[in-house]
Amino acid sequence: MTKRLLGLVVLGIVAGAANAQSTPEHATAPIDQWSMLFVFVLATFVGLGVIVRVSRLLHTPLMSITNAISAIAVVGSIIVTGSDYPRNIRILGAIALFASMTNIVSGFLITERMLKMFKTTGEGGKK
Amino acid sequence: MTHAIVQLAYLAATVLFVLSLSWMSHPRTARRSVRAGVAAMLLAVVATWIQPEIVNDGWIILAIIAGFVVGIPLSRVPLTAVPQRTALSHAFGGLAAGLVGTAKYYLWSSQSPEELTTFRMIAIVTEVILGFLTLTGSLMAAGKLQEVKWIPQRPVTYPGQNIVNLGLLVIAVAIGAALVFQPLGPYSHFMFPAIIVLALAFGVMLVIPIGGADMPTVISILNSYAGLSAVAMGFVLDNKLLITAGALDGSSGLILSIIMCRAMNRSFANVLFGAFGKVQARAAAGEEKVYKPETVEGAAQVLEQASLVVIIPGYGMAVAQAQHRVHELAEQLRKRGITVKFAIHPVAGRMPGHMNVLLAEANVPYSDLVEMDDINADMAQCDVALVIGANDVVNPAARYDKTSPIYGMPIIDADKAKTIYAIKRSKNPGFAGIDNELYFNDKTFMLFGDAKAVVGELVKALAGGSGH
Repeated sequence: MTKRLLGLVVLGIVAGAANAQSTPEHATAPIDQWSMLFVFVLATFVGLGVIVRVSRLLHTPLMSITNAISAIAVVGSIIVTGSDYPRNIRILGAIALFASMTNIVSGFLITERMLKMFKTTGEGGKK
Repeated sequence: MTHAIVQLAYLAATVLFVLSLSWMSHPRTARRSVRAGVAAMLLAVVATWIQPEIVNDGWIILAIIAGFVVGIPLSRVPLTAVPQRTALSHAFGGLAAGLVGTAKYYLWSSQSPEELTTFRMIAIVTEVILGFLTLTGSLMAAGKLQEVKWIPQRPVTYPGQNIVNLGLLVIAVAIGAALVFQPLGPYSHFMFPAIIVLALAFGVMLVIPIGGADMPTVISILNSYAGLSAVAMGFVLDNKLLITAGALDGSSGLILSIIMCRAMNRSFANVLFGAFGKVQARAAAGEEKVYKPETVEGAAQVLEQASLVVIIPGYGMAVAQAQHRVHELAEQLRKRGITVKFAIHPVAGRMPGHMNVLLAEANVPYSDLVEMDDINADMAQCDVALVIGANDVVNPAARYDKTSPIYGMPIIDADKAKTIYAIKRSKNPGFAGIDNELYFNDKTFMLFGDAKAVVGELVKALAGGSGH
């Protein structure tokens, strides 16, 4: 647990530092590619550390909740759909937004539905 | 100011996503996972939406409503259909990534070509290739799992298949590399669509040679790809929340694939490029062996005398929707003071954890679900092993037959039990097309029929015997 938190803190610092440097006023400000790569690598290690501890009982719900989480593509889809872009480009964005939203809704709902079913002897099965 | 609020919200969402996944470590805390995940996603959506550059709300609202309209029914599918729902969901994820990458490329190339830096172009090409191959690959997988008629269930193989597949990918990557160096070169208006088409074709070709028994691995790999394409989108859009959430998903898919591969003693490359299809000819050449059928009443009598019964479920239980009857059977046996355990092989079924979810649905307490490594130590004391629709995961040939395609795969030692009953729909070999030696063992008796019907009759026979 401590290791995991440590990883998170490092990740937060990197992300924070990277954001402090970027200047949003200038649209053409150089993007800090290196800090993004750092974030990616660190987040992957945090992910690996967390996922190996997931109970084998819950691998199917794990997969459906990560479906929903990877629908974070919703962020990119909203930007493309909602910005002042040409119509054709926004249509692509709207389809992407629909697909991501479908994953978010169905992913979280079905995970909840499955997790409700996991009971110990005390809670569910008679005796 | 808005910028700081948005970034803080993204950071909070990242923390919640990590907590959400770490709460999946135990069924007791798992319910919190969903709440944390939903909160994180809400934060992400709202924070993105309030940014000043988002000026068109109408389309966003429409797309979100459409997402709810399709998403809610998709979450109500029967649990036996969860593998294909998951595959379909990977397809949607790949589609979203591919489309956003495409949109950004055309936007920048027409309005501000200076934005198409080498770094961004690498990210866009990666996002588009990963996204679109995940789309068609997952659709193929979903089709195979749903048993759609025009998609062949058995692995489809032909000579030179791997060369064709790899060739497609190499060409796509080569065109992508050319685009990276010259994003607006003379042929770029033709090269970008070519990458999309090649990625779509590669996805189909990749999954066509893969059979049902390998689906757990393939679904896990596609899960990983869907996450990585979100990461690539983060690089394109300079958005760290996309990178962190995508990386979490990518590592989850990676770990599940490794677990699945280990459970079959195969490598990634072997699953993806070494199709299961080559075994049918050899199996047919073997001599005719004879099954020993048993009646339900006979099996019920032996079950009643047992003190430890181990039930080994497989895909057949899922197909027949027999999980509720299986739970009733376990309850009947328990009433007589018999210990009942469920032995769960990591690759039983069509996706990781498939059997656990089905049995949990039928109210089997999760403390009764025992992993392969733990149950194998007890198999010698087991009086009756009841195999319900499982095949390859109990085939002793995996231990010694070097010519068998499942050689080296860890199995549940059903053959060490004192008596084995196997419920099987027909006399055909399993999905992998391999004869199962367990069925011809001296101690094994077959109960032919639909798993749900047979287990139901067993329950009836047991209930009748106890003097109702």
